[in-house]
Amino acid sequence: MYTLTKRIQLNENTVLISVKAPLVAARCLPGQFVVLMVHEKGERIPLTVADYDREQGTVSMIFQSVGGSTRLLAQKKCGEDLFAVVGPLGKPSDLQGIQKAAVIGGGLGCAIAYPVARALHEQGCETELIAGFRSREQVILLEEMAAVSKHLTLMTDDGSMGEKGFVTDALRRLLEQGERFDAVYAVGPLPMMKFVCRLTESYGIPTVVSMNSIMIDGTGMCGCCRLTVGGKIRFACVDGPEFDGHAVDFDEAIARNTAYRAQEREADCRLLRKAEEHE
Amino acid sequence: MNNAKNKTPMATLDPKMRCTHFEEVALGYTEEEARAEAARCLHCAHKPCVSGCPVGVDIPSFIEQIAQGEVDKAYLTITQTNALPAVCGRVCPQEKQCESRCVRAIKGESVAIGRLERFAADRALSERSSAPTPPPSNGHRVAVIGAGPAGLTCAGTLAASGFDVTVFESLHVPGGVLMYGIPAFRLPKPIVSAEIQRLTDLGVKLVTNAVAGNAFTLDSLFTEGFEAVFIGTGAGLPAFASIPGESLCGVLSANEFLTRVNLMHAAEESYDTPLPNTADTVVVGGGNVAMDAARCARRLGANVTLLYRRTRAEMPARAEEIEHALEEGIRLRELAAPLEVLGENGTVRGIRCTEMELTEPDESGRRRPIPKENSEFVLKADCVIMALGTSPNPLLTSRTPGLVLNARGCIQTDENGATSLPHIYAGGDAVTGAATVIQAMGAGRQAAHAIEKELLK
Repeated sequence: MYTLTKRIQLNENTVLISVKAPLVAARCLPGQFVVLMVHEKGERIPLTVADYDREQGTVSMIFQSVGGSTRLLAQKKCGEDLFAVVGPLGKPSDLQGIQKAAVIGGGLGCAIAYPVARALHEQGCETELIAGFRSREQVILLEEMAAVSKHLTLMTDDGSMGEKGFVTDALRRLLEQGERFDAVYAVGPLPMMKFVCRLTESYGIPTVVSMNSIMIDGTGMCGCCRLTVGGKIRFACVDGPEFDGHAVDFDEAIARNTAYRAQEREADCRLLRKAEEHE
Repeated sequence: MNNAKNKTPMATLDPKMRCTHFEEVALGYTEEEARAEAARCLHCAHKPCVSGCPVGVDIPSFIEQIAQGEVDKAYLTITQTNALPAVCGRVCPQEKQCESRCVRAIKGESVAIGRLERFAADRALSERSSAPTPPPSNGHRVAVIGAGPAGLTCAGTLAASGFDVTVFESLHVPGGVLMYGIPAFRLPKPIVSAEIQRLTDLGVKLVTNAVAGNAFTLDSLFTEGFEAVFIGTGAGLPAFASIPGESLCGVLSANEFLTRVNLMHAAEESYDTPLPNTADTVVVGGGNVAMDAARCARRLGANVTLLYRRTRAEMPARAEEIEHALEEGIRLRELAAPLEVLGENGTVRGIRCTEMELTEPDESGRRRPIPKENSEFVLKADCVIMALGTSPNPLLTSRTPGLVLNARGCIQTDENGATSLPHIYAGGDAVTGAATVIQAMGAGRQAAHAIEKELLK
């Protein structure tokens, strides 16, 4: 069960894995996620599905090995098993009727933005893709994203590849040139999504964001992933993960994502010890 | 005959010691104690206790068997109608059910039916003397969604009649609220696993990590050859108080807190899930879940205050649970309600509350609390746990067109558990809203009989 069939190191700490999970692969759609456990005593980790193969019964996820649990995951080799993979969870992206869109990915968010862009491409949508990274070392999925977009703009914070600047700079330029979109999809760090939404709101362009909240079960049971959308409590796991970005309370979401930072640091030490013992 | 007016006492761990760990509080009867207690039963001809049991256990018979020293037989008597006796002996509110009807209770205390049930079940599970074998198959396939008390009971009842039953569970372990909700000091997890093992011995198949509505639909189950489906998805969606500050870090639903502690073992070194800070914990609510959350926090070393808007007399929690909580050093602040969670840099620092007073009874029959003027106070807190009830999870029902729900999102069924859709049954909290383990089990059993009748007609 849940055997790793592929493992690709995309850059220094970003890894793509494919896992045998026929129940997930059979029905998975862009925008949905899985919760996985590396081992029996592990955390439940939510990861958005980057790709799926219904015939092979596999799903692919891209993640950064930054914390203890993701480092343990990154150590798994092809042929080894994960303890649990459950999904598909969350609502699929609602792409109906979109003919012209801007898809914006920030860093690891490109892994989530890419399947959305591909699905739009497959339905004949004209897609502007803007991908932003800290610097050239972090760049992932460049060819894949180029293949499913009309035009791809690559931005890096330090200008080491593509243009120097933020994704919002590229989007602002397009909007100032008079480009208009049926919808903007933005996936990336919370501050990035916040500023994309601020920009598109002034142009009145519907904007969808994908929220990467802390979760346990991923099925609506714990309420850990709650956020405020349009003044109401919503659960990212069952009401999302995609929401109307203009209604999301980003400042609250940013604060909530730090909820277990101190414990995570401590747990990371414990986990990193574990990870090092494995290495 | 034992004419003692009171129940034979059951040993419990010392409160000062037990609040430092998660070992089971109530220790159970020895054989001698069990036989003495069993001898208190009057064997009333009209068996009032049985009518108080949602699954109709033949109580006088099993008690007689214990009195005779035939514990194995007592266990078989119980399991004829109860799929999870070691669980029920611990978590059923017997004082409101079987024991409330006991003739002994008119002058003194009822027979300790729950403790005797637990004794028989624990003995059988520890000896595994009566591991069941699957009966001959009748060739009919039934799917059960949710491996909690309702689903497991439905599955066990059907499997015992020869049905080929598969249970689909969304979490990585079966058991539902028995695993994620009820803490180990009330219900040790090996007991739950042993009861579930008994069901798999009977031939029940378990599929974990399978989310109904997402990974599969009810339609897809029928396409795969299942002839009937039982929905026992529970009431897992936590309610919040809708007060300012509720989204601060350190404010948790009781579900989140209990899931971290019970299911994910966050307090244990070898497990990876992080635990919230709990040095000063305020638990809001007065039900069993509030008691469980408070007692877990206490065991993690917290100073715990329970905030309840009515008085102890109106608390929905079992009297025994409240008593245990208070013995363990949990402070009860009656007639108090939260107004706002106070924070600093996005993290909880305290909770602003108001005192309440009781007025005339409301539609629930309990006296309605209203805020007392100028009575606000602030409690220091780094953890606030909201134990305000749960509602049914819409994950599956929202993706099942034609399934009729009531205004509270509960699935509508007839008295046999049949829903508005053919061959689809439901029971437990998904139908009633948050209720007890045994009520859910009663519904699971009822639906199993209805499914059996439909498929074998």
